[in-house]
Amino acid sequence: MTNDDWVPLCSLDDLEPLWGEAALVGGRQVALFLLPDGSLHAVSNRCPATGSYVMSRGIVGSKGARSTIASPLHKQVYDLATGECLSSPDYLLPTYPVRVEAGIVQVALAEAA
Amino acid sequence: MAEADATTRHVVVIGGGPAAHRFTEAMAARSAANPGFVVTVLGEEPHLPYDRVALSRRLVDSEDLTLGDRTLWDAPGIRYRPARRATAIDPAARTVTIEGGERLSWDELVFATGSSASVPPIPGAEKGYVYRTIEDVDFLVAEVARLRVALRRPANVVVVGGGLLGLEAAGGLQRLGGNSTIVHSGRWLMSAQLDEGAGQALGRLIEAQGIALALGTRPSEILCSPSGRVLGVALADGRQLNADLVVFSIGITPRDELARDAGLDIGPRGGIAIGDDCSSSHPGIWAIGEVAAVGGLCVGLVAPANAMAEVAADRIHGGEALFPGIDDATKLKLSGVEVASFGDALAVTEHSLEVVYADPARGLYQKIVVTGDAKTLLGGIFVGDAAPYTSLRPLLGRELPAEPGAYLSAAGAEPPAGGELPDDVQLCSCNNVSVGAVRSAVRGDHDEACTELGALKACTRAGTQCGSCVPLVKKILETELTKAGVEVSRALCEHIELSRSELFESVRILQLASFDAIMERFGRGLGCDICKPVIASILATQTSGYILDSGRGALQDTNDRALANMQKDGTYSVVPRIPGGEITPQKLKVIAEVAADFNLYTKITGGQRIDLFGARLEQLPDIWKVLVDAGFESGQAYGKSLRTVKSCVGSTWCRYGVQDAVAMAIQLELRYRGLRSPHKFKLGVSGCARECAEARGKDIGIIASELGWNLYVGGNGGYQPAHAQLLAQDLDDETLIRYIDRYLMYYIRTADRLQRTARWQEELEGGLDHVRAVVCDDSLGIADELEAAMAAHVGNYEDEWAATLRDPERLRRFRSFVNAPTTPDPAVVQVTERGQPRPARADERDTAVPLGLSIPLRPGAAAAGQAAIAQTAIAQTATSQTEGR
Ligand SMILES: Cc1cc2nc3c(=O)[nH]c(=O)nc-3n(C[C@H](O)[C@H](O)[C@H](O)COP(=O)(O)OP(=O)(O)OC[C@H]3O[C@@H](n4cnc5c(N)ncnc54)[C@H](O)[C@@H]3O)c2cc1C
Repeated sequence: MTNDDWVPLCSLDDLEPLWGEAALVGGRQVALFLLPDGSLHAVSNRCPATGSYVMSRGIVGSKGARSTIASPLHKQVYDLATGECLSSPDYLLPTYPVRVEAGIVQVALAEAA
Repeated sequence: MAEADATTRHVVVIGGGPAAHRFTEAMAARSAANPGFVVTVLGEEPHLPYDRVALSRRLVDSEDLTLGDRTLWDAPGIRYRPARRATAIDPAARTVTIEGGERLSWDELVFATGSSASVPPIPGAEKGYVYRTIEDVDFLVAEVARLRVALRRPANVVVVGGGLLGLEAAGGLQRLGGNSTIVHSGRWLMSAQLDEGAGQALGRLIEAQGIALALGTRPSEILCSPSGRVLGVALADGRQLNADLVVFSIGITPRDELARDAGLDIGPRGGIAIGDDCSSSHPGIWAIGEVAAVGGLCVGLVAPANAMAEVAADRIHGGEALFPGIDDATKLKLSGVEVASFGDALAVTEHSLEVVYADPARGLYQKIVVTGDAKTLLGGIFVGDAAPYTSLRPLLGRELPAEPGAYLSAAGAEPPAGGELPDDVQLCSCNNVSVGAVRSAVRGDHDEACTELGALKACTRAGTQCGSCVPLVKKILETELTKAGVEVSRALCEHIELSRSELFESVRILQLASFDAIMERFGRGLGCDICKPVIASILATQTSGYILDSGRGALQDTNDRALANMQKDGTYSVVPRIPGGEITPQKLKVIAEVAADFNLYTKITGGQRIDLFGARLEQLPDIWKVLVDAGFESGQAYGKSLRTVKSCVGSTWCRYGVQDAVAMAIQLELRYRGLRSPHKFKLGVSGCARECAEARGKDIGIIASELGWNLYVGGNGGYQPAHAQLLAQDLDDETLIRYIDRYLMYYIRTADRLQRTARWQEELEGGLDHVRAVVCDDSLGIADELEAAMAAHVGNYEDEWAATLRDPERLRRFRSFVNAPTTPDPAVVQVTERGQPRPARADERDTAVPLGLSIPLRPGAAAAGQAAIAQTAIAQTATSQTEGR
């Protein structure tokens, strides 16, 4: 991945732990989550079950050792790291690489496209 | 059942009471396996068979008492003919004649004519009334109200007869606002079922309800004025009682007249003589219920009537069923007075022992009758505290697991735990369901396993009639599930081991005030979409404060997070509070302007509010700015909290209203607004018994009476509708609010997650009676605590939207994108339908213009009522709109 693939989204300070935020990248929407241990996750903001762009507004949680996000509409639960749906095999939530450079949160969308 | 043909057997039932109903159900249940019967039921009353046992419920409102599922009467081969009295039978010709002359033929005839209330042969007796049918009760309700108005004082009611029914009638009429006196020939009340000690204790309890007693005497005459108005009752001992209304409840007379005329054998004290197969002395003629004399005796209880109905249906189908004998256990249904007796209550068995606890001053009496060796249970009596009755009664005739004194709860004894009931013990005598049958249904031996109380009751019928065995059914359910290894886990989720109510109490006692503190103590992991909103709700109830601050924002469920209701397309709906549904034209105009300016789909809700749909996250603060400035506040339609208090227009305008329902509704809505609870809850207030606010479909329903308010609890609409049950009557405003405070706080403390009030009060140990004891009699001594908790809530209430708008930090939560805070979600696409926007369907989206744009309908298509899409897009952002105002 070259440096050009990374898109800056916001400052790390804009994120509150466990409170998801949506970000707009071109026409696409990304949901960003900061966890209490400082780790960051970026997934598609589109709810795979309904097609509405709401994932950033779900509840972050855990299942065993995995960190999860629950869709706010019908509560399907996804693994934040892999996008695997833990409550139904029918869905998959795209995930994106994310990093912090000089206090700025960046995602690489091409990777998952 | 088949339609008639040559081989069809015609069964005619005379009488349309509970026995006839149960018989017909039993016939219908066998029809699939064994068609070929046509059942015709002739009922003298104009109603479908109804639940006479529940008749007193008609005292408070005109409840529908129809028994069972009405569709029974539409089944093929089953016919109910109301308002048809049979006048004669001809056993030889096998016919029955109906009033008017019509004649029906039968192959099998079933007498289910029940009994009539007896009236003593004294002068003036024709001026008295009885308490037997819907019409009787409706008349008495109207008459007490009429007398109150005509006499400008409470009516004096004399009830003759101090048995179960007399007590029920006197208590009911007292509650309606009458002044009741009971005249009873025995030296103590319920002298047929109770011994003297119990009768004395009961007398105390009855007098405590304001009912006067005249014991050991009989009426000799009803005294009337020359115009025929009732003035009083003369008693055999020379006394006179003032009376405006006289009700006889001295006993019942079996309606055996047709059988007598036809020459059937009659019991020594009346009633159609039957054997234990329910057959009469004439082949093909059966008798069931109160009209049947088995062993020379008629019984005025519904359980034996049901048992006989099952036996007769089985026999008609060639079965061998036998009437198991009379279970004459009784429990008085008079709220505030606990009385129960069963078995050999009067200890007439030779060498029997009576183990008694008596405290007449407190109105407490408990007695257990056992065999001479103190081992086998023969019967018992409970007055004032009938708690042991439910668990003891099924043990009748069996060896007690512990020594008898252990069951005297009034003496402070703790009934022994464990002690499994044998399978063949009868659990529900109304519907003759054994312990084994309930166990087998839980295990799913024959069908799908019933692992919930509601399903278990429905499939076994246990506890569906009088309800007294429900606590036991519940206990068996839990024991069986535990045995099956289905752990009856009360844990909220994988993160919290405790149930919601345990967690609530723990947090309260330790005064924990944050998610982190709670998780540190009781949880593990990050939490999830189940435990986080529960903790958010508990914190909101116990520690007031803005729900999105101090780390609590991320705990909130979908709707609470945005203080609005998320819709399928990710936009929100907005519901301003309109307390009691009362709104000025000015405020209505503001709502209209907001809806027009922000292009919101507008709909009136079922709870008398106005719902504005299609607002995007970043528009919410702008919308609420306009609303808050105009004096609106959040309607909290998004919370597990008070939704609405619905009301009718009440006595201010309505010519039938007796209380100011709107003022009460507003007062209640302002009191409980913002109160977070295990599930959403709703209130309703009706200004008279017509009940236009549909208050009994609400968690808390308040219905005006002439004297104040009647309080109902535990109703809801929706998937499993439930009617709210009467908790207390004729309350003044202050008591009403005190009771609601206590009820709500007790619910909030002890209910499970997402458990509405109906399920909660059903599943709570002791059910509604327990709730009533806690709320009305403060049986747990926590009333002050509950009221203080509610007072704190009322004192700390703050409108969540006003609080949001005040603080720029809080407004941050309403940005659409962290990198483009005011840009509309480009995926939200709307089309116009019937002049309003709605989310575009998938097939419409492809051709529609995205980017938060609204696409008006092609002219002409609107008239056709169809959505269409044109490319003329109008940008719809809040800023452009509000600036233009
Ligand atoms: C206020 C009240 C409270 C009660 N509480 C309890 C309680 O708590 N527990 C309990 O176990 N029991 C209770 N009972 C008693 C219970 O209601 C009766 O045992 C039960 O109704 C008996 O049912 P049945 O069908 O045999 O008779 P009924 O209910 O009397 O029904 C007989 C029906 O047949 C009709 N009929 C009679 N003759 C004819 C004819 N010739 N042609 C056509 N129709 C005719 C009658 O009009 C009536 O509708 C109570 C009764 C009352 C009145």
